[in-house]
Amino acid sequence: MNISIWNILVAVGVVGLALQIVPGLIWAERKVCARIQGRRGPNRVGPFGLLQPVADAIKLLTKEEIVPAGVDKPLYYLGPFLVFVPAALAMAVVPWGHDMVIGGQRVPLQVAELHVGVLFVLACTSLGVYGIAFGGWASNSKYPLLAALRSSAQMISYEVAMGLAVVAVVMTAGSVDLREIVAVQQGTWFGVVPQWLVFKQPIAALLFLVAAFAENNRLPFDLPEAESELVGGYHTEYSGMKFAMFFLGEYVAMITMSAVLVTLFFGGWGFPGLVDPSSTSVGSALLSFAVFLAKVSFFLFFYLWVRWTLPRFRYDQLMMLGWKALIPLALFNVVATGFVGIL
Amino acid sequence: MAVTHDEAVERTDERKSSWVERLYLREIVAGLANTFRHLVFESPFTTQYPEETIPYNPRARGEHILKVDEQGREKCVACLLCEAACPSKCIRIVPGPAPWDDRERYPVEFEIDMLRCIYCGFCEDACPCDAIELTPKPYTVFDRRETALYDKEKLKNNYPQDWRERFSDGYGKQTGPPFRREAGDRSLIR
Repeated sequence: MNISIWNILVAVGVVGLALQIVPGLIWAERKVCARIQGRRGPNRVGPFGLLQPVADAIKLLTKEEIVPAGVDKPLYYLGPFLVFVPAALAMAVVPWGHDMVIGGQRVPLQVAELHVGVLFVLACTSLGVYGIAFGGWASNSKYPLLAALRSSAQMISYEVAMGLAVVAVVMTAGSVDLREIVAVQQGTWFGVVPQWLVFKQPIAALLFLVAAFAENNRLPFDLPEAESELVGGYHTEYSGMKFAMFFLGEYVAMITMSAVLVTLFFGGWGFPGLVDPSSTSVGSALLSFAVFLAKVSFFLFFYLWVRWTLPRFRYDQLMMLGWKALIPLALFNVVATGFVGIL
Repeated sequence: MAVTHDEAVERTDERKSSWVERLYLREIVAGLANTFRHLVFESPFTTQYPEETIPYNPRARGEHILKVDEQGREKCVACLLCEAACPSKCIRIVPGPAPWDDRERYPVEFEIDMLRCIYCGFCEDACPCDAIELTPKPYTVFDRRETALYDKEKLKNNYPQDWRERFSDGYGKQTGPPFRREAGDRSLIR
């Protein structure tokens, strides 16, 4: 693979974009939360409180880093990075827009054109739980330890359902390459309904959505944090920038998950009548990128929306849902997809 | 009749929900619709305090005022009943012979320590001349102890006229429970 300056620019752009979305997302989270609860939310720092995340970041950067006595130092320091890095890494294989041709050279809006993109995404997102488990284990404190245990158990219950949901997608699309999966979703039925996989695989889409919430430790499945039960959960003993890293990791993981969800089920960068998939012009590529961002933004909003609507599950309810509902449903979905495929 | 534990358990289990209900899908959608309504259509409840205030109930007990008569003389005759009634001993009065003909004593000094005061209103109850009164003016924030000592002049002018006018539509009318507001109702906010 030839690496051109454009590939590097795209890679830098993707990482930069993800990191730029996070402050906006934190701001949006606080605003959405406030308005749902009949409050105003941050409105003191900058216009509409837009600089609030900046103030928060400055606060976190200048805070004293407290390392509690008796922590397992290597794992304690590794934890926050293991949450953030895999989340950002999974973004590498997401196609952010269709290819463009600049000066006779093909430039994909994708950092790594991996042919096994789906597997890479699954592998990366699963790694995130190690950060939480390490952080919780190394903290030498009971609440983080419980959070780590919960997180591990939760991961096992949901990863299976998520994997099986993706299997159904792969069977329908006939590829594990995310580019291919997006490509088969272009076009429409009857000229109006876009051929998105969510219409072909509604059960898989629902399962993936639920599993994504669990994977990201977002309410209603935020048991590893569960501030009302476990103080702060896995990051109880973390302060300053290490805590911020956990925070950042959570939000980047949300962006990644939304991007993967859009790619798998909602046509990726495509939108019938708006984006021409066969075009290679720069303008069209940027338009497809904007479409993709708009879709991702919707799911990010959905994350926030659900968070401030649903209460937290009890631990046994979560296990029950995972093992007794989602996994059988996912298995059934895979078998049904197989049958439909044979017919 | 007391309900035994078993009975209570039985009653709770009485209604078995169907599997459709146990999916909670309808409830989740209803919940999302509700929060969306709040997010988009309902305005926030907030009073942005330092810039905006809402009037207190006129019966609220805030800081004191020493009332004056038409000639601007304080009504107080320095009988020291308020000082005696005060449970936190925050009132200090130095009585002296009145310079006027219609009374014998008047307070040479009248001082209330606002940090000690518990705003119970006993002084107002004890006063035979209606000279001291608790107003709905909220408690001031002090950064120095000395500023919390209100002397006679400060107390006489503690509840200026514009403050009274500021809350005029609330003052003296509402005597019931604290003002009720609906979300987004900004009519009382000043």
